[in-house]
Amino acid sequence: MAASSLLSRLLPMRDDRGSSAFFVVLLAVAVAVPILHLAVPEGSALHLSTYTVTLLGKYLSYALLAVALDLIWGYCGILSLGHTAFFALGGYAMGMYLMRQIGSRGVYGDPVLPDFMVFLDWKALPWFWHGFDMFWFAMLMVVLAPGVLAYVFGWFAFRSRVTGVYLSIITQALTYALLLAFFRNEMGFGGNNGLTDFKDLLGYDLQSSNTRVALFLCTAIALGLGYAASRYIVGSRFGRVIEAVRDAEARTRFIGYKVENYKLWLFTFSAALAGIAGALYVPQVGIINPGEFAPINSIEVVVWVAIGGRGTLYGAVVGALLVNYAKTVLTGALPEIWLYALGALFVVVTVFLPQGIVGLLRRKEATA
Amino acid sequence: MSVMSRAGALFDRSRVFDFLIEGQPPPALDLKHNVILYLEGITVSFDGFRALNDLNLYIEAGELRCIIGPNGAGKTTMMDVITGKTRPDAGSAWFGQRLNLLNMSEPEIAQAGIGRKFQKPTVFQEHTVFENLELAMAGDKSVWKILFAKLTPQQRDRIDEVLGIIGLPDLREQRAGSLSHGQKQWLEIGMLLMQEPELLLVDEPVAGMTPQETERTAELLVSLAGRHSVVVVEHDMDFVRSIARTVTVLHEGSVLAEGSMDSVQNDPRVVEVYLGE
Repeated sequence: MAASSLLSRLLPMRDDRGSSAFFVVLLAVAVAVPILHLAVPEGSALHLSTYTVTLLGKYLSYALLAVALDLIWGYCGILSLGHTAFFALGGYAMGMYLMRQIGSRGVYGDPVLPDFMVFLDWKALPWFWHGFDMFWFAMLMVVLAPGVLAYVFGWFAFRSRVTGVYLSIITQALTYALLLAFFRNEMGFGGNNGLTDFKDLLGYDLQSSNTRVALFLCTAIALGLGYAASRYIVGSRFGRVIEAVRDAEARTRFIGYKVENYKLWLFTFSAALAGIAGALYVPQVGIINPGEFAPINSIEVVVWVAIGGRGTLYGAVVGALLVNYAKTVLTGALPEIWLYALGALFVVVTVFLPQGIVGLLRRKEATA
Repeated sequence: MSVMSRAGALFDRSRVFDFLIEGQPPPALDLKHNVILYLEGITVSFDGFRALNDLNLYIEAGELRCIIGPNGAGKTTMMDVITGKTRPDAGSAWFGQRLNLLNMSEPEIAQAGIGRKFQKPTVFQEHTVFENLELAMAGDKSVWKILFAKLTPQQRDRIDEVLGIIGLPDLREQRAGSLSHGQKQWLEIGMLLMQEPELLLVDEPVAGMTPQETERTAELLVSLAGRHSVVVVEHDMDFVRSIARTVTVLHEGSVLAEGSMDSVQNDPRVVEVYLGE
């Protein structure tokens, strides 16, 4: 417990055992997974396959997305039903970098143009693909593309005081519009097929074990840092203001807070976090296509957070991990019942556990 | 041509852009004529119903004014206009000599120094009593400042002092949602004090209070007058009589009578619409 006491001194999270537990578990997983994969010989019962490492990395990127959503929904009451739009934009920015890294190793062997552009008979790289051969530029876009979109969207939505269910509907429309746009070949993002067939990242082969472990570790670190930043925000006076906005928006205005600015910056930060999650997701799953913009995906993220327990951050992580693990198991065993199971789980949690799974644990603790 | 001339003005090399002028403070509250609030010819209609009808009201600096009137007389609508919640169809509203309330948003009005206590106590239910006061505290409320804000010892003392004034020092860590109705009223008054406003708008402060609490509220409001200007809307006639120097009677959206409690009570028009009922 030395690590947790050190962390609680570094971060303003006294009385927050959930967050301390999160950091201890994350640290343990980040140490154990590489060892079990690289040091334990194959064939041993404790050996983790490359598949498992990648799967865990994918779960962690989902957890970061869930934290981003919990930040705006659980703490500020902004129910975004389009948050995977920002996740997918971050993913596309990373995907564009990976496409440019393929170079002449593509099927058509064009040194500059990605395969799908050659196939569409394009002669030159569209202007918005320039710069993505540079890693730093792509990483900047991972944060900027979702961040700027969220800022512009939020500027209009929050200034017009669109709230509640209306805002949720507009976020759905946003992600759906992007879905339709990215499906078009003319958009220049690979259309229906999206971006795939990636070879390497910063010169490291994406298929190798070491790269997979490194990506897993990067995701774990990003989740840890994203969580810590979010925890700082909700623990600060800013956090108390956004909770006040959630509970009584008009009242918050009358004591002198410009509510729309608070919402705008929180929303933008959350979108940038979602973009980072998407950028870590893409190299691990090896593809990004317009399906990631599907409104149903965004709703699924909301379900993770609701099931885990909103307004706690660690609840979002728990929800994302549990639901996605259940999804992996169930879609493998009984693919046709997964959506029913998810729906049933959501209804049960909403009716019987309004605080989610972590709320159940906390209640037990309180009665014990 | 106008586009060209506007472009010309934009590129005029002697032009000084507003944002380049440093340290331009917002116009401060100016009380040189000793009047803190001017409402002139204010009219507000909701779907044809005139909630306020050519309302004229002046509040002097440091004054304690009570506003009474039957239900639907426009008391709450008037407060909504002053605090920026409702925009009037006609009229003007000035805070001191220089601040035009009709051009300001709710947070700007609050920052300029108008604090409001609502009819229905609205405290932040999920926050503790202490946090409620901290949120209301006067100061820079911009995003960046608040993100890194730390309570100074002076601010902490100020919150403790207000906790003492409102009689809730033992409940500082209590969730505000778990307070009784009267305690919430007090907490909201405490939040008003933390804002350090020049003008306090207090809507039905003693509803749901015990006689002792009512008495303490009366003492507090009287003690605030002088340093601050206070406008109280209240139904409780005994309470109004105990604190009022000047009383304004609203009826159907405009001022029916104004004066001392005795003169107002003896006004036959007032007796007819309100007190005589």
